[in-house]
Amino acid sequence: MAKKTESTFINMFLSLFIFTGVASFALAGVYNITKEPIAKVEKLKKENAIKEVIPEFDTIVTREVALPDQVRPIAISEGYMDGIPAGAAVQTFSMKGYSGLIELMVGFDTAFCITRIEVLQQKETPGLGTKMETPEFKEQFFGKNPAEFRLKVKKDGGDVDAITAATISSRAFCDAVQRAYDTYKKEGGK
Amino acid sequence: MNQWKNFTKGFIKESPTLVLLLGMCPTLGVSTSAMNGLGMGLATTFVLVMSNLCISAIKSLTPDKVRIPIFIVVIAAFVTIVDLFMAGYAPGLHKQLGIFIPLIVVNCIVLGRAEAFASRNNIVSSIIDGAGMGLGFTLSLTTLGCIRELLGNGSIFGFKFIPGDAILIFILQPGAFLTLGFLIALVNRLKKTT
Repeated sequence: MAKKTESTFINMFLSLFIFTGVASFALAGVYNITKEPIAKVEKLKKENAIKEVIPEFDTIVTREVALPDQVRPIAISEGYMDGIPAGAAVQTFSMKGYSGLIELMVGFDTAFCITRIEVLQQKETPGLGTKMETPEFKEQFFGKNPAEFRLKVKKDGGDVDAITAATISSRAFCDAVQRAYDTYKKEGGK
Repeated sequence: MNQWKNFTKGFIKESPTLVLLLGMCPTLGVSTSAMNGLGMGLATTFVLVMSNLCISAIKSLTPDKVRIPIFIVVIAAFVTIVDLFMAGYAPGLHKQLGIFIPLIVVNCIVLGRAEAFASRNNIVSSIIDGAGMGLGFTLSLTTLGCIRELLGNGSIFGFKFIPGDAILIFILQPGAFLTLGFLIALVNRLKKTT
């Protein structure tokens, strides 16, 4: 075994400097290599989610709505079938998740009924809040019109069955869907 | 050193979670289901092998007084590399494991093995040690996950075979401590007899 480098000041300085330098270059390289595939994956994910939630369409028009009281813009993608509106996919969010941001893609038909919901991003507690991605939870929203279906968990006087032991995550989910509905109702069809 | 022994010691005899009691944070947090435990275990195994390899290779270049920061830099770099590559090229896997990857940096098993083993042994032994310890970690995490998922959700690996609600506390943190305690007791019993 080679002799160990002495712990002199200059040795410590140089070795730390070199190792962090090499690590930074390696990371910068990997970041550059993976930047494009990651962006592609993100885009694909969004496109798939849009396809998933709008019933049937041939063209799609996407625009971002930045409401003054919202921290993030909301993207509304309206689908058309032979020029006739076929519903919309609204990319919405909530900051009220158990670990912050939750992003959803909520589909509406032309009568403002929810078609489907896809979870784009969430960091909820594994095994509890993550159940928001399961059909058992999501399906209760499908086909409902938020005008009469109160988007609140039953504990808060709404119509939504919360996930057991994940009321905060369920509330955040409702919050995001509500935001999608409000934005689409206000901005949709323009 | 007998390499086979070196490899298998992580399973029971020096199991990182159940005997050395290292890496409790990811163990308690992630073992809510068998799948999560397995995923976290395998991701950790990969980082452990790579970081053990690197640290063993550079051990004569690192002055003793700054070895810990250097080890952490190496480990964190590997974790980020794994995270980025997974996000770019294996999005399905990343969706499953994404939330656990950054947790590996703070897993003291990785630093513990770097410090206790890789910085004192040659590269081959260090790789074997990393693989053995990683798989031992995977084994205990998956076992823990299976038990908690079965008792708390009535399913294993997502296959539900006990209908209805189960004992929810096993998915929550107290259940993690309870299950871990009994598993440690069991392993101690096993160690005594062999």
